[in-house]
Amino acid sequence: MKDDKKHLSVSAIQNGTVIDHIPAQNLFKVISILGLDNISNQITFGSNFGSAKMGKKAIVKIADKYFERDEINRIAIVAPNAKLNIIKDYEVVEKMVVEVPDSIKGIVRCMNPKCITNVEGIDTRFDVVDKADVTLKCCYCEKITDSDHMDFV
Amino acid sequence: MTNRSLVSINDLSTDELVQVLDLAERFEQNPAQRVLDGKIVATLFFEPSTRTRLSFESAVNRLGGRVIGFSEASSSSVSKGESLKDTILTVANYSDLIVMRHPIEGSARWAAEVSPVPIVNAGDGANQHPTQTMLDLYSIRKTQGTLNNQKIVMVGDLKYGRTVHSLLLAMSRFNASFVFISPKELQMPVEFKLFLQEKGLKYEEHTELAENIKDADIVYMTRVQRERFSDPMEYERVKNAYVLRRHMLEGTKANMRVLHPLPRVNEIHVDVDDSPKAYYFQQAKNGVYARMAIMTTILGLTDKVK
Ligand SMILES: [Zn+2]
Repeated sequence: MKDDKKHLSVSAIQNGTVIDHIPAQNLFKVISILGLDNISNQITFGSNFGSAKMGKKAIVKIADKYFERDEINRIAIVAPNAKLNIIKDYEVVEKMVVEVPDSIKGIVRCMNPKCITNVEGIDTRFDVVDKADVTLKCCYCEKITDSDHMDFV
Repeated sequence: MTNRSLVSINDLSTDELVQVLDLAERFEQNPAQRVLDGKIVATLFFEPSTRTRLSFESAVNRLGGRVIGFSEASSSSVSKGESLKDTILTVANYSDLIVMRHPIEGSARWAAEVSPVPIVNAGDGANQHPTQTMLDLYSIRKTQGTLNNQKIVMVGDLKYGRTVHSLLLAMSRFNASFVFISPKELQMPVEFKLFLQEKGLKYEEHTELAENIKDADIVYMTRVQRERFSDPMEYERVKNAYVLRRHMLEGTKANMRVLHPLPRVNEIHVDVDDSPKAYYFQQAKNGVYARMAIMTTILGLTDKVK
């Protein structure tokens, strides 16, 4: 019963994608990484829902939009436990989980101010050295950027 | 390794590393070999480092190659605001290999990505300086007869010292054990200690110098710089505690050798210089052979070496 009420607080969509289990504090990062702030689709979101597993969580529903695997894995660095429901005609036709990739291009800034990527403004590239904690190693300066110090391009 | 850049010591497999050392040995036995005849090497020093530049230029000259380049950024187009990429793409037109030193971390990897000719990193800020590591390895192997199972004592600034970090990573491939001797403020960073733990390699940490070098095979000295201390009083307290003196060498192993990346300030007292255990000037000489071997290998000219 409790769950049903929560679902009502974000309206259902006919066709599109629902992204659930986003850490509430990273909702706007997810929106920005997926470029949802620059598309004309109808988007509804809710935040600060209670979740037994992860504290406060957020949900985003994007009407008439489906994502490629590579595209969706980009949010893994800010929402490693996110779950996607693909909706067609109000029904969930497919479920997806995000996978933390082995390497990341762009998205994140290197936290080392003396890194060439910050000095000459070139695209960042990282190897993911710890998938559980999402710890990144810069391919240029070889310094670690951890999830507590992540700043987005 | 042919036509590949050398940015970090980790770019080389252990086999490749040993092959370069073997080649360096051949150059030491027979240094006058015009293997680089007709080749042009550019030495781009965006920050000055006279020693490293002279060592590279000596290596190119011994090999019969030609050198072009600059020794500081202010005398180059960089001071007019040219991007690193543009400088590299331009100089690549004039040379077969680019040796670069740059104050920005990661600059060498970036240069290697954009350059049509191979890049040899001669230091990118606090990040990597692989040819220094190669000459350190060469010096260890030459003085100890092997790279395996060495006890390496590292002294001084172990927190910021890029040289000791690279050497640690390289020697970890050869079952080394380590002793870290430094003031509390300049201890070896946790990530390197974790790395050794994961590899099952032994290390000890101490703050006292004299009593902890007795069973060392190599004592690797580094400079303790005033500007590394947040508290100037702390520097005054420790500055003389990490100076190696002749009398401290009594009772050390006969095969033990003292290394230092140079330039030294006062951390090795001049009374050590005459000791047969002082090896830092020969170490600098070995740098030329190591660099000859690296450039020859990268340019795919090893077949020409006698
Ligand atoms: Zn970086």
